Amino acid sequence: MPSGALARRTLFAMILSGLLFAVLHAQVPFERLREATSEPQNWLTYSGSYASTRHTTLSQITPANVGELELQWVYQNRVFGPWQATPLVVDGVMYLTQRPNDVVALDARTGRVFWIYRYDTPSRHRACCGSNNRGVAILDDKLFMATLDAHVVALDATTGTELWSVEVADIEQGPYSFTLAPLAVKDKVIIGTGGGDLGVRGFIAALDAATGEEVWRFHTIPGPGEPGHETWEPCPPNPTTYCDPEAWKHGGGSVWLTGSYDPELNLTYWGVGNPGPDYNQSQRPGDNLYATSVVALDADTGELRWHFQFTPNDNYDYDSVQIPVLVDIERNNTEFKVMLWANRNGFYYVLDRATGRFLSGRPFVTVNWAEGLDDSGRPIQTPQPPGSPTYPGLAGGTNWYSPSYSPRTELFYIPAWEDYATVFDGVPQVWAEGRGGFTGRTPAGLPITFLPVPDAPNVPQLTRGPINNWTDAVGHGSVLAIDALTGEQKWKFEMTGMITSGILTTASDLLFTAARSGYFQALDARDGGLLWRASLGGLMVNGPMSYQVDGKQYVAVIAGNSLSTFALRDRTTP
Amino acid sequence: MQRVVAVAVIGLIGLGDRVAGQDHGVYDQADIEYGLGVYRAQCATCHGERGAEIAGVDLRSGQLRRTDSDRALRALIRNGIPDTGMLAFDLDPAEMTGIIAYLRNMNYETDVVILGDAARGRTVLEGKGDCMSCHRVKGQGPRMAPELTAIGRIRAPSALRRALLDPTGTMLPINRPVELVTADGTRLTGRRLNEDTYTVQLIDEQERLRSFDKADLLEYTVLTVSPMPSYEDQLSPQELADLLAYLVSLKG
Repeated sequence: MPSGALARRTLFAMILSGLLFAVLHAQVPFERLREATSEPQNWLTYSGSYASTRHTTLSQITPANVGELELQWVYQNRVFGPWQATPLVVDGVMYLTQRPNDVVALDARTGRVFWIYRYDTPSRHRACCGSNNRGVAILDDKLFMATLDAHVVALDATTGTELWSVEVADIEQGPYSFTLAPLAVKDKVIIGTGGGDLGVRGFIAALDAATGEEVWRFHTIPGPGEPGHETWEPCPPNPTTYCDPEAWKHGGGSVWLTGSYDPELNLTYWGVGNPGPDYNQSQRPGDNLYATSVVALDADTGELRWHFQFTPNDNYDYDSVQIPVLVDIERNNTEFKVMLWANRNGFYYVLDRATGRFLSGRPFVTVNWAEGLDDSGRPIQTPQPPGSPTYPGLAGGTNWYSPSYSPRTELFYIPAWEDYATVFDGVPQVWAEGRGGFTGRTPAGLPITFLPVPDAPNVPQLTRGPINNWTDAVGHGSVLAIDALTGEQKWKFEMTGMITSGILTTASDLLFTAARSGYFQALDARDGGLLWRASLGGLMVNGPMSYQVDGKQYVAVIAGNSLSTFALRDRTTP
Repeated sequence: MQRVVAVAVIGLIGLGDRVAGQDHGVYDQADIEYGLGVYRAQCATCHGERGAEIAGVDLRSGQLRRTDSDRALRALIRNGIPDTGMLAFDLDPAEMTGIIAYLRNMNYETDVVILGDAARGRTVLEGKGDCMSCHRVKGQGPRMAPELTAIGRIRAPSALRRALLDPTGTMLPINRPVELVTADGTRLTGRRLNEDTYTVQLIDEQERLRSFDKADLLEYTVLTVSPMPSYEDQLSPQELADLLAYLVSLKG
C-alpha cells in the first residue's frame, strides 16, 4: 500500500475512533476525586485523597518482600534546587512539576516523557524561600498549576496545551507567590498565597475550573469590620517598644500547603502560616487571627465556618500550614470524626472537624514555650528569658512535610524534629513596601541570631561542606508513631540529622520516608523497625507516594534532582 | 504537488535575489506581509507609515546604524534603546519574524496578497478545509494532530503557508504518525510525542498517552507521509489566503 494511502487510512481510523472514544478520554470528574481511595492504583491529589492521610490501600509490597525492592526508573530534572513536588498518577500517566514552573507528563511505568509544559515565570517574582512548586491538581480533563508569579494556569491533561492563565494576585502590589499544589473541589480550583515572611496579607481563593474566573476569596487576615479583625488590637497609648497600628495590612497568614476537603460537610480545611513579622509579637498585639490557625471554609462560598488557632500572637514562626488529616475512628462504640494535627509548635491536636471543637492535645516533642493547653486547646504560654533556648526551635517540632495516618494501626505518623531549640531574639521592624524580608529578625552580624542552642551549629544540610559540624545539641529527626486519638507515643524511629521528608503508609503496614543522610527507607508501621533502605544521594524534601500500573505497585520519591521509582523485582524476566 | 513546490521555490529565489545585497536572511513574502501589520500596529505611531518620521532614522534606507544583522535588530526591538524614545517590544516569535522580514524589505512594494481575511478564514478552517477533523482549536476538535490554538504565536506565517501547501515536506519528525502492533496482537495508530532508542511515546487514536518498549512490539512503523492533505488544489488562492490569515491570528 502506498504510504500516502496508509497515512490516510490511519487518519481515518484516528478520526473514527476519536469520535467514538472521546467521552472516555482522561476524565477525572469530581466524583473520582471524592472516591479516590477506591482506585488506589492512582494518586489523584497532592495528599492522595481529600482526607489527606497519605495512606495507600495498595499492598503488593509487604514487610516480608520489601527487601526485594529495586529501582525501576529515574527521571532527572535539569533544574537544580530543592524539588518539593508530589506527583499525581492518573491511569498510568504521571503528572508532576519541576522548578520553577514546568509541568511534566510521564509514562508512570518507564519515566519517559510525553510532554513538558514550561510556564514563562518572570524574573521579578519574589518567592521567600526559593522557586518551589509542590505539584498540580487534576479535574476532568484539566491540570492546574499555581505559579511563582501568583497566576494559576489550566492545561489540557492530554496534550499539555495551556487552556487559560489568570493572574490571581498582582506581584507588583505585594510579594505574592504560589508554591502549593492546588486542590480541585467540585467545579473549582482552590489555592493560597505564600509570602508570609515578606509581608503579604494572606488569602485563599477559589477559581472556576472552566474559566479561571475567581469565585471566592477568603482573607486569612481579616480586615476592618470582619470577624476576627479585633484580634489585631490597637496599639497601647504609649508603647514602650515599636507597635504597628496597621499590622494587619501586612500581617502574613500565608497558605503554602494544600488543604483537605470533607464532602459530607462540604468544608475545605486549610492551614495558615505565621503572622508577620515572624519574631516580634510586641509590634502586633492581639491573637492575630487567622495566622497560625486552621480555617474551615464552605467549599462553595469560601465562608468561614470555624477556625482553631494553635499559637495566638505567635513569636516563633510556628506556621500552621501542616496538612489537615481527616479521619473517622470508632473507639469504645463512639465514632470520632476528627482532624489530626501535629503542629510546628510541638503540640499534637485532635479536633472535631465539624465544629472545630478541641478534643485533646499534648506535646509530641520537648516544648517549653507553653506549659500546656487549656480546656479549649489554647496554649498557656511561658516565654523563655532572653538568651535562653525555646523548644521547639525555629523550624518547629515538625514542619510542612506530610504526616500519614493508617486506619489499620490507628496510628498517626509524624516527621518530627526532637530535642531541637532556638534562642529567639526578634527585633521591631517597620514595614516598608518593596523591602526584602519582613521577619523581625536580628540583623546579621549581631551576636544572637537564631542559634539553636549554645555551641550548636545551625540545622545541618545533607551536603554542608567538607567539615561535619553536626552535634547532638542540634537535636535530631525522628518518625514518631502516636495513637491518633490520645497522642500517646507508640514507637519512634530516630535518625541522625533532621528529617525533611513526608511519610507514606500502606495497607501492608509499611511506612516509607527519607532521612537527611540520603536514605530512602521503609519501616514497619506497627513497630518502627527498619526493613529496607536505599541511598539516593540527594536531599529528599517531598513526600513519597505510591501507585500501580499493569498490576505492579510502585513507590516514588524525589531525591536531589532525580525522581526515583521502586517496585518489586520482576520474577518473570531473567 | 511538485509543481506547487517549484512555484514556491521560485518565489523564494526571487525574493532572495532582491535582498541578497543586504547580506541578511531570506525573507518570505508571507512574513513580510504579516510584518507590515505588525509594523502598523506597533511601529508606525512613531516611525510613520513610510519609516522616516524620526529625525536621523530612515527605516527604508537599508542603513540601520545599530543593527548590522537580523540578530542585532531582534535584540534592539526586544530591549529597546535606553535613554531614547525606542521602547522595548514584547513580540511573540511569529511577530518578531514578521517585523524583521518587513523592516528588511520596506523598499519593495508588493501587490501579492498572501494574508486574507481572518474571519472568512475561520469558516474555511471549520468548513471546507475540514481542519477540525484532526486539529483542536480553542477547546474544540480532537487531539490527534498538533493543536492550533496558539499556532500563530509559535509559527511564522511563512511556515504555516508551507505547511498548508506541503504538509509532508514540512511535518516535524516528532509529529509523524506511527503504527505498531503490541505483543498481544493489538494494532495501534497514533502521533509520536517522544522517542528514544528503546521506547516510544505517543497519543493514540483514543487520545490516550501511551508508552511502549520497542523490544516488546511485533511491528513498529514511523510513517513519513503526513495524513494532512495539501491544500494547494483543495482551496482557491483566496480561501488559502483567508485560512492563513486566521491561523496567523490564533495566538492562544
